[in-house]
Amino acid sequence: MAESTTFQNYTVNFGPQHPAAHGVLRLLLELDGEVVERADPHIGFLHRGTEKLLEHKTYIQGLPYFDRLDYMSMIAQEHPWVLAVEKLLGIEAPERAQYIRVIYAELTRLLNHLLFLASHGLDVGAMTMFLYAFREREEIMDIYEAASGARMHAAYFRPGGVSQDLPDGLEDRIRAFTDHLPAKIDEYETLLTNNRIWKQRLVNVGIVNKEDAFSMGFVGPMLRGSGVAYDLRKAEPYDAYDKVEFDIPVGVTGDSYDRYLVRVEEMRESNKIIRQCLDQMKPGPVRHEDFKVSTPYRGEMQEGMESLIHHFKLYTEGLVTPPGEVYVGTESPKGELGVYIVSDGTNKPYRARIRAAGYNHLQALKYMAKGHMIADVTTLVGSVDIVFGEIDR
Amino acid sequence: MAELLEFIHGFGGDLFGGLWPLVWTVVKIGILLAPVMFGVTYLTYAERRVIGAMQIRVGPNRIGIFGLLQPLADAVKLFFKETVLPSKIDRPVFLIAPVLTMAPALVCWAVIPFSPELVLSDINVGVLFILAISSLGAYGILMSGWASNSRYAFLGSMRSAAQMVSYEVSMGFTLIPVIMLAGSLNLGDIVESQKDMWNMIPLFPMFIIYFISVVAETNRAPFDLPEAEAELVAGFITEYSAMASGMFFMGEYANLILVSAMGSIMFLGGWLPPLEILGFIPGLIWLALKICFLLFVFLWIRATFPRYRYDQLMRLGWKVFLPFSLFWVFLTGAVLHLTGLA
Repeated sequence: MAESTTFQNYTVNFGPQHPAAHGVLRLLLELDGEVVERADPHIGFLHRGTEKLLEHKTYIQGLPYFDRLDYMSMIAQEHPWVLAVEKLLGIEAPERAQYIRVIYAELTRLLNHLLFLASHGLDVGAMTMFLYAFREREEIMDIYEAASGARMHAAYFRPGGVSQDLPDGLEDRIRAFTDHLPAKIDEYETLLTNNRIWKQRLVNVGIVNKEDAFSMGFVGPMLRGSGVAYDLRKAEPYDAYDKVEFDIPVGVTGDSYDRYLVRVEEMRESNKIIRQCLDQMKPGPVRHEDFKVSTPYRGEMQEGMESLIHHFKLYTEGLVTPPGEVYVGTESPKGELGVYIVSDGTNKPYRARIRAAGYNHLQALKYMAKGHMIADVTTLVGSVDIVFGEIDR
Repeated sequence: MAELLEFIHGFGGDLFGGLWPLVWTVVKIGILLAPVMFGVTYLTYAERRVIGAMQIRVGPNRIGIFGLLQPLADAVKLFFKETVLPSKIDRPVFLIAPVLTMAPALVCWAVIPFSPELVLSDINVGVLFILAISSLGAYGILMSGWASNSRYAFLGSMRSAAQMVSYEVSMGFTLIPVIMLAGSLNLGDIVESQKDMWNMIPLFPMFIIYFISVVAETNRAPFDLPEAEAELVAGFITEYSAMASGMFFMGEYANLILVSAMGSIMFLGGWLPPLEILGFIPGLIWLALKICFLLFVFLWIRATFPRYRYDQLMRLGWKVFLPFSLFWVFLTGAVLHLTGLA
């Protein structure tokens, strides 16, 4: 009898059709009872060939694809693209546009971290968190809509500035939002931060120390959760980030709980940044004055031949960049989002490459989940905060 | 009342002859189960509305005024849906399982006293009867997990079996001090023994442990591991559809009402009013109010807490609740012995 008995681990397919798999995550879990022996993430279910598509679009036409990468933090994805194109062209956006971009990038960080809280809560079983966080998300989406006309896929940032100035009264509305947000964050923290069950589920789950965080290519809140104070907004400030003051929250042990706390603190810092921008912002142009790059003003277009030609050229041929290659990384809510463009001097990129933070974080699941229980896998999936639009591109 | 009963018995005896006692029992079961099933259907509605309010959303409010007909609409939907039988299941077991989960939850109601005279069968070992019958529910869940031939369902039912067995132990121990105080296993006697003081006051820690244990026992959040949707899709219900899965839910809710009724009887004085002067309100209403309060706490907990992990749940049951309730049994016994009350 003893010879014929073999023990086999149990393999469970976690996703892509699974209520807790974020998007189309597929994990092959090898279980020994309830303990995960191996978690093997599979990708590719949402591959849309964004990088290849960008080669066949003008720079402005390529922009909306970025909204659809990480479809939970939309405008932040446009940021590296417009900065890279500006770098190729050797121009800088006017000051007001820079402030507006920072405001919207930070609003997007709030948007993303709120969704992180919501889905992380739902993964761990705190369903109410999900609905609370969506209340504030809705407000931010309204602010998106007021500026760009779209609730989600805004396509608001443009090379050389933003597509249009903020409408009257929106600044006050954003300010009012930042006034009451800290109280809402306190509310979330009462529900979760010191909740015994929440702590039992998160503390010491998926510990990643500094060295491993570096070697696995962690960026953003994941890296900061492991105790490394690295933030591109401080390290290589872009737009108006050098004019505002904010702190970088870091974790201590590098477990899921630290990553959660880091993100909650980041929300408070984002709120501070938005308020500073609103205080410092002055009226002025929001598009670059070179109308070979940015859209001419509507009023001028109806009177001046020059503007009409610019408009026609811009929306048919698009803007033309000098040959060269650039890399720009920005601190997207999920970490460093990089865009690398090779230009051959035409109106389309010769090659565009996107470096998404989630890809590196996802591959670390295998490392983090080993030896944990199956319930911890859902905690970890929530904790790494992945969106498949970004990973599969 | 007595005259009415007399008349009914006389009329029934004429109509059914010797079969009348049997028919009368069936009628009584019907009279008992109708409100229970009504409670089950409206508990689903209450749950959605209460949790909806807690989660700043509306909940069902379209069908009937305030959405009051929603449970009926759900029932109609469930009845008319096709019961999908996956090809690799063990058919008989698969089909018996939901029945086995639901039936014990209903059977237990036979011994629950609603007021001093209103009880279907006034047996002397009511507490034991309930403990024995309600444990049978675990079989239904085990069988469903086994027969489904699905990995999620299997894991879910394994968890559930372990969970129900562990928490039944501590739940049983929390009831022993109550029995010691009352000196009887009859539920009616237990209620009467609380005339001066509800058991909740001297046995407060036991009441808390009892409540937490039954949350685990009925697989409710935050102990809903067997059907934890974030991990196991729907646990042991994964492969069930239409009325088969509906029966699991009905079983769950019937159990929920049952344990709330038990909690009210054992710790909150059953049909007794909280103050003597409120005695003019019928006992049935007091019991219903107490059950509703406990049910509300169930929903409240569900809306507030994240889910426990399997090993943490087991640790809580075996290493915290069991020793503590054992100690309390000892303490109660010692106090009763030393004060000469027993």
